[in-house]
Amino acid sequence: MTTTQTAPTMTELNYRRTIARALADELDADPTVVLLGEDIAQAGGAFKSTDGLWSRFGDRVRDTPISEQAIVGTAVGAALMGLRPVAEIMFADFAGVCFDQIVNTLAKYRYTSGGQASVPVTLRLSNGAGGGFGPQHSQAVENWFLNVPGLKIAVPGTVEDLYGLLRSAIKDPDPVLVFEHKNLFALKGFLPRDRDDAFLVPLGSAAVVRQGTDVTVVATQQMRHRALEAAADLETRGVDAEVIDPRTLVPFDLATVAESLQKTSRLVVVQEGPPDGGWGASLLARIAAEHLELLDAPPVLIASDPTPVPYSSVLEDAWLPTSARIADATEKLVRY
Amino acid sequence: METSDLTDGPVTSTSVTDDLVVLLRRMHEIRMFEDVVQDWFARALLRGSTHLYQGQEAVAVGVTAALRSGDTTTCTYRGHGVLLAQGAPLDRSFAEILGKANGLCGGKGGSMHLTDLSVGALGSFAIVGAHLPVSAGAAWAAQVLGTKAVSVTFFGDGAINIGAVHETLNLAGLWKLPVVFVVENNLYGEYSPIASTTANTDLAARAQMYGMPGIRIDGNDVIGVREEARNAIARARDGGGPTLIEAMTYRHSGHSRSDPATYRPAGELEQWRERDPILLAEQRLTDLGVHGDVLNGVRQAANDAVNAAAQRALSWPEPAPDQRLDDVWTTR
Repeated sequence: MTTTQTAPTMTELNYRRTIARALADELDADPTVVLLGEDIAQAGGAFKSTDGLWSRFGDRVRDTPISEQAIVGTAVGAALMGLRPVAEIMFADFAGVCFDQIVNTLAKYRYTSGGQASVPVTLRLSNGAGGGFGPQHSQAVENWFLNVPGLKIAVPGTVEDLYGLLRSAIKDPDPVLVFEHKNLFALKGFLPRDRDDAFLVPLGSAAVVRQGTDVTVVATQQMRHRALEAAADLETRGVDAEVIDPRTLVPFDLATVAESLQKTSRLVVVQEGPPDGGWGASLLARIAAEHLELLDAPPVLIASDPTPVPYSSVLEDAWLPTSARIADATEKLVRY
Repeated sequence: METSDLTDGPVTSTSVTDDLVVLLRRMHEIRMFEDVVQDWFARALLRGSTHLYQGQEAVAVGVTAALRSGDTTTCTYRGHGVLLAQGAPLDRSFAEILGKANGLCGGKGGSMHLTDLSVGALGSFAIVGAHLPVSAGAAWAAQVLGTKAVSVTFFGDGAINIGAVHETLNLAGLWKLPVVFVVENNLYGEYSPIASTTANTDLAARAQMYGMPGIRIDGNDVIGVREEARNAIARARDGGGPTLIEAMTYRHSGHSRSDPATYRPAGELEQWRERDPILLAEQRLTDLGVHGDVLNGVRQAANDAVNAAAQRALSWPEPAPDQRLDDVWTTR
């Protein structure tokens, strides 16, 4: 991508602004796309991530009451009648308020009806820790939904992936939860100046974001960037780490991880959030069960502590895995 | 005869009679369908649970008679009646409850999830109150796409106190959605009489708080139900927004198959049986001069259709075990 960054057709955008850009491109491309959520229209969103869409697309962008159950259920009904709704859950943690609509209505409608209809709903949820939002506004909520068949889960970690995955989610015939990491909002990247469908990122496709031969480090969103920092540090210690970003958790691109392990034989998974019941633990279990012969050492899970996300920056910084912690644990594994 | 408001066109006693015969036939079918399901459960032919609709037939039949093609419904897990009223086939409805491959939902949903999009039935939902926003969404789509379709959502008095209902009534009132809310007040939320769970038992009164009209009607008078539904549906279709209809009715059975309903005061069921919606319709037809033989013929025809459908459904094959893997995603 480095060559295209300087092309006159490209423009620099941050992660937060990329949301409105991707939504605008889909609203523009498909007249059945509609947006709903709290404060998303006239106010442009609590994070300004839908800024400018209401003035451009009018009532296809609707403010709702603070009613998460109604937001998700309304999106389901509208999808059944031919629209492609994109609903915003302002903080991903608020999925707790509408958990029933997500897991019992949205995820199961197609199955329960015996495949009579697809439910092309996209939920956008602002996710993750590191911004000082406290225990009820900072969780890695993607892990709550791993055990609910029927939901695809995207966890974009770059501007390009956010753009490409959000647009793919909206085009997808099934429900997709797109988690936008709040602590990446300032991250910069490059997108085509005009709508370009070549920049879609398919769901279920991991990215090898750093080539290496000694160890495979798998990480998403904020942790992907810390894993890359750790890999740069490890290089000075004589360790050559490969870094993989799965980009979507459901479907999960296990093949790319297994292929990397053919080369490295060592696995580190870095997961934001408590260790149990998360995607990292699931990945370790699957690799152990399906590809144990690829491993020369016990796989490592680096995760947050099994506590709520604390508020104080000292406490929150300690709660999130640091690049130093990732580098040390990875080096130890390589020396195993 | 007070029939001048029953149809849009010129009214004759014959058209009223014919209309009512059609509605009576549908009510018979639902009653007999539920009797068969009850019998199957009693004989352990069915698994899980079921929630029966006997006694409430006039609500589903009256309201859906006011719908037109393209309109949609959602309903509760006590939903067999709504599906059948809207025209879901008897045999495939039976088959779904039996868990057969040819059931409406391929045996994936069962009694609590009957769904038939081909007749506009977006489905039965097994979480109390969870389906109301789905109908609001269908109504929103009609608004956005300009289809003039109307959504109707049926729910019980037991659902009136759950959050999703409040959220949806407010949203529908705010957005003036073309949706009609039909609360089937059968006086019991699961095992509890309404007064023991609900601070104000005048449910229609809640409509005012959401900026929509609310009316309480006799839910056992099928013609009256159809009339009120027509008004509300016409209003929704013309952009006038939602209506809350509280249809007073009574559940002849307990809440579910394991509930003998011993909590009901002595004589209450018998009192309501005197106002059985099928009985009321037959009495009205008799008053209109329809002979008893005709009424017996309607009953017999419904009985024959239901029994034949039940036999067909019983004879159909079970799903192949592999079919459990289908329909999670659009592409397996």
